[in-house]
Formats: sequence, structure tokens, C-alpha cells
Amino acid sequence: MLRIGEHGYEEMVAHALDGLPNEACGLLAGLPGQGKAHVVYRCRNAAESSRVYTVDPLDHLKADRDAEAKGMQIIGVYHSHTHTDAYPSPTDVAQAPDPNWHYVIVSLKDPEPVLRSFRIVDGKITEEPVVLERT
Amino acid sequence: MAVEIRLPTVLRQHAGGQASIKANGATLGEALQDLTRQFPLLKDQVITEDGTLHKFVNVYKNDEDVRYLDKLDTKVDDGDTISILPAVAGG
Repeated sequence: MLRIGEHGYEEMVAHALDGLPNEACGLLAGLPGQGKAHVVYRCRNAAESSRVYTVDPLDHLKADRDAEAKGMQIIGVYHSHTHTDAYPSPTDVAQAPDPNWHYVIVSLKDPEPVLRSFRIVDGKITEEPVVLERT
Repeated sequence: MAVEIRLPTVLRQHAGGQASIKANGATLGEALQDLTRQFPLLKDQVITEDGTLHKFVNVYKNDEDVRYLDKLDTKVDDGDTISILPAVAGG
């Protein structure tokens, strides 16, 4: 299960829309072991592509440092799919860096954005519930 | 030269759960060698068989990506912080 504050949810969807026509991407930070995304870090898509994304390495470093200063750690990544479903692509699975992370995808395929979250462990995809919280 | 090497969460399991490790060397390559001497399981995660930096990690000396410096030959000084982070990408 991934818990997200309403603001964080809106931030990811807004970033997905702002990123068009390219995929948007960013990182999620939370307290260790709590499964809650407290902070959403927008990152640049270094690939500048509508089909793939690469979290800008320096943006990642800044996010990592900021999270650590808050006593948090990076617990996941989000990115948008501009024309496909909110489901991990083979590339997403092949390049998933950390089995403990949450992998959030925002699909803009339909008029209403769809946000879903997954765990990716040893190449196996499992969807997890996303719970919105007020704070 | 003594530097601090910061590990991403995914690699800490190979370093006894520690988030940062002290290592010695005059260059990044030497410091990473010292790191993998202390924690051999980290070797395959950071350095390829060819002895180059793995493409699935990004390594920084303080605020600079070492790929834009001298890669493994980048000089390091006392007190430098080396950060290793996973490359995050997908489709």
C-alpha cells in the first residue's frame, strides 16, 4: 500500500500534465518503513522524450540530500505515460532500481488522469492500493 | 585521503546496513577499491568486469557527476563526499 497526502497526489498529476508532450518524472520521499510519500520531488526528464524517462542525476542527488535532511529517504519514483495505460512497461521493469521502492505511474491516455502504484521485485509486477490522506 | 562514501538504500544491505562508509584513496577509483575491499559484495554493484563505473549507478564527488570529471581517475581530497545513487529510468 502507498499512502499519499492529497497535495502530493495533485502534484504528481499536475507535473504529468506540465511535462507534456514529454514524460514527466520525479521522486517520492518518506520516513523509513512507513509506506507514505510525504514529499514529492519534481525532477527533470533528462531523456526529454515522450516514450522514456531518465531522472536527471543531479535532481536525484538534490532530492536525496533534502530527504535525508528531513530524516526521510527516497521511497519511490513516479513518471507519466503519455499515451499508454498506467502499468509498468518492460523497460520500467528492466530498469527498476530498488525492490523496496514504490513505482507510481500517471497515465494521461484518457481525458481523466489515472494514477496507480506498483511494486517491482525480481521482475515481477504487483499493483498496490493507493490511499489518499488529508495531510 | 579519507573520504565519506554515501550509499543508496538498495546497496546498504551489502555494507552491514550502513548509510555511509569511510574510505581511503587519492582518486575515486582507489576510494571505491577500498570500499569494495571492506565490503566485497558491493563490487559487482558499482564496478563492471571491465573495471569501469557501472551504468546503473551515478556517482558524484560532492555536487559533481564524476562522468563529467575524470570518472574513476577523479582526484579526491580529505573530507570529500562521494555519493552513489541508482540511475532511475524507464519507459
